[in-house]
Amino acid sequence: MNIFSFAINTKIKFLSFRKPAFVLSMALIVSSILIYSINGLNFGIDFRGGTLIEIETAETENLGNLRRSLNSLNLGDVQVQEFGSSKNILIRVEQQAGGDKTQQNVVNIVKAELNTSLNSDVNFRRTEVVGPKVSAELIKAGVIAIIVAVFAMLIYIWFRFEWQFSLGAVIALIHDVLLTLGIFSLFQLEFNLSIIAAILTIVGYSMNDTVVVYDRVRENLRKHRKKDILDLLNISINETLSRTIMTSVTTLLALLSLYIFGGSVIKGFTFAMIWGVLVGTYSSIFIAAPLLNYLEVKRDWSTSGAVESTQK
Amino acid sequence: MLHFSRSKIISICAISIVAMFLALPNLFSDQKISNFPSFIPSQKVNLGLDLQGGSHLLLEVDTDSIEKEKIEDLTFDLRRMLKKDGIKYNNLKVINDSIIFKITDATLVSGLVKNIKELSQSTSQNAVSAQSKSNLEIDINNDLINVSLTDDYLKQISISAVNQSIEIVRRRIDELGTREPTIQKQGTSRILIQLPGLDDPERIKSLLGKTAKLTFKLVDQKASYDPSNPTKAPVGSEILSSDSNSEFKYIVKKKVMVGGENLVDAQPGFDSQTNEPVVNFRFDRIGAKKFGKVTKANIGKPFAIILDNKVVSAPVIRDAILGGSGQISGGFSAEEAADLAVLLRAGALPAPLVILEERSVGPDLGADSILAGKIAALIGFIAVIIFMVLVYRSFGFFADVALILNLIMVLGILSLLQATLTLPGIAGIILTIGMAVDANVLIFERIKEELRSGSSVINSVDSGYKRALSTILDANITTLIAASILFFMGSGPVKGFSVTLAIGIFTSVFTAFTVTRLMVSIYISKMKPKELRL
Repeated sequence: MNIFSFAINTKIKFLSFRKPAFVLSMALIVSSILIYSINGLNFGIDFRGGTLIEIETAETENLGNLRRSLNSLNLGDVQVQEFGSSKNILIRVEQQAGGDKTQQNVVNIVKAELNTSLNSDVNFRRTEVVGPKVSAELIKAGVIAIIVAVFAMLIYIWFRFEWQFSLGAVIALIHDVLLTLGIFSLFQLEFNLSIIAAILTIVGYSMNDTVVVYDRVRENLRKHRKKDILDLLNISINETLSRTIMTSVTTLLALLSLYIFGGSVIKGFTFAMIWGVLVGTYSSIFIAAPLLNYLEVKRDWSTSGAVESTQK
Repeated sequence: MLHFSRSKIISICAISIVAMFLALPNLFSDQKISNFPSFIPSQKVNLGLDLQGGSHLLLEVDTDSIEKEKIEDLTFDLRRMLKKDGIKYNNLKVINDSIIFKITDATLVSGLVKNIKELSQSTSQNAVSAQSKSNLEIDINNDLINVSLTDDYLKQISISAVNQSIEIVRRRIDELGTREPTIQKQGTSRILIQLPGLDDPERIKSLLGKTAKLTFKLVDQKASYDPSNPTKAPVGSEILSSDSNSEFKYIVKKKVMVGGENLVDAQPGFDSQTNEPVVNFRFDRIGAKKFGKVTKANIGKPFAIILDNKVVSAPVIRDAILGGSGQISGGFSAEEAADLAVLLRAGALPAPLVILEERSVGPDLGADSILAGKIAALIGFIAVIIFMVLVYRSFGFFADVALILNLIMVLGILSLLQATLTLPGIAGIILTIGMAVDANVLIFERIKEELRSGSSVINSVDSGYKRALSTILDANITTLIAASILFFMGSGPVKGFSVTLAIGIFTSVFTAFTVTRLMVSIYISKMKPKELRL
């Protein structure tokens, strides 16, 4: 027997864990919302407006001194942090009052200050300036994109399966999105445009996982007309379990490699994806599938059209 | 599902070979590609600004300021007309972009309206608005008159201002010789500029930040500047700051003697006596005539050269300048003189530009990102390949071949479409590496189940492929939906991610059902295995 051939013929009673899983998920969702309402999200300049400058210095610089000299410029909140290595420094300056016209001055003032106050040569690696107009638009576009994506999934699953499946899948999706927002709020990780991209990918991935399980549930519903729904859901999850694990593992392998070797700029994005794959896999098994038990899925599949979507 | 016709086998091989051909240039330097025979494609993947370094600037044309300017001009003309016609009025003010005033004699209203309409015709000389329709909206309420610009006219002037701005931005950037700039209109009043390979956008930003409106005005020698009353100027004159020192003020006559629109050329140079950097300019025929007349009549008086409402210098006119050429000196550095010449040659912007968004990446960071992306892709790739072989043995190997081909196809399609590869795009490719095996995993797991239920090898493989198909389609369509929403709603780098993700979905499903299936089918028909060790 191949030791890597795992999860064959498992008969795990996943549905016995449905109550603890629901309680756990509810608790996590509630705490995510609570943390979010207390902490908020650490918006990056994409959404908050402001200036970001990444520099590389020839010698290691004293961040405390740099922070002091930049704070003396009266530009409001200035954050200075190491970025990836001790010679790479990330400087964030909050949005200036006075609209889009005033934002550009910050770059000139900060660059001039850096050129005089640092002891070694400065290489400006990245400069990003986002004014209030654009940041407001980006927030709006991001929120709309996520809502549209969730709705598109709802409609697609409704079309391909039944409304119960579609509702179950979307509840699992919202669960995944909320938990992702929760962890970003808890650790105050920077929330920027790429995180919106990550959340949309998580939506796609989690849905992908859920669809595979649901597909098997539908097949088994046709095969076993009389079987108890709980047993049937258990069988379906177990039959797709090795695939679920395999795909999660290969995806995580690729993501971990990206997280470790892919550089600092993309770390937040990769972290969100790794978290999303874990949460998405959990939710397809422990949330999406058990929900079908409560949503009273149709049992009479005698007119077995795959694309049929009549309600019970 | 295991039978392949000859033509199918040939097309699968042909598609794979075409993909390899398309991806091929990415392995070589540009120089080597130029030596390739012509049948080999030469298009490489188009790197985004975040990977090759460069600047992305989103500008907005401040159309409000044109509107204000138009209203100001109109107010000026209106006052003059009322004075000329001897119509008494009071309380003339500008509220919310309309001019409101009361006339004392209400019987003059109808004649006045006609005159105002004529006024609007004469103020707008450009062809667009020379139609019979008036550009002005005139509301009359007894003796209260309200004059404003019509919405149609405002729309027209803002459209033409945006188009004109784009043209001038393009000229200014071209003057600097930047390589392959992209300048596009976005929405109604925005301009998106992408400047690849530019590591210091400061110069371009400062060039774009100037309206570069050049005027020549006479200095008002009768008035003197009073610091205790910094806004007080005689009627017909105004107070302007010096360009080099904002504390230093000039009082100049409002009347424009000659304007920058009459310039035909401007070149940086050096003053023959002081050797100071200067800008030499030349007027067209009309400009030369005006300039000659003014200088002839005002010998011995200072003449202010004004750029964007700041006095660059105010030299004393020594002689009449009749040849139509002159020199601007203002304590410039050589670079400042060169930039000013560029601005004057390219012409003045109709309205100021505001930078709404800037994203600049230095070439070092771009190169670092590419390297990190390559390493991450390679390691993730090797890890997945090994894992698949460990789990699925020879079938894992088949899936791995498909995975390699998959990557080649993604590169090939990106090169063919000339889609832009960004840093998130690389993440999309790496994510595809992890997710691409999914189709094969679904199939292999299905085959395993069939084997366990006691079917023969051939039947198991056959029905494994058949049954997995609808699941694979359903599962991938969901990811495709997410990717397309990202594509339509996302901007810049995020768009790049959605492109690679979507291409990866297509190629992974395609390779699973063609390449891997073909290999499995050859394996089964040639080796005739009694049992499969999956």
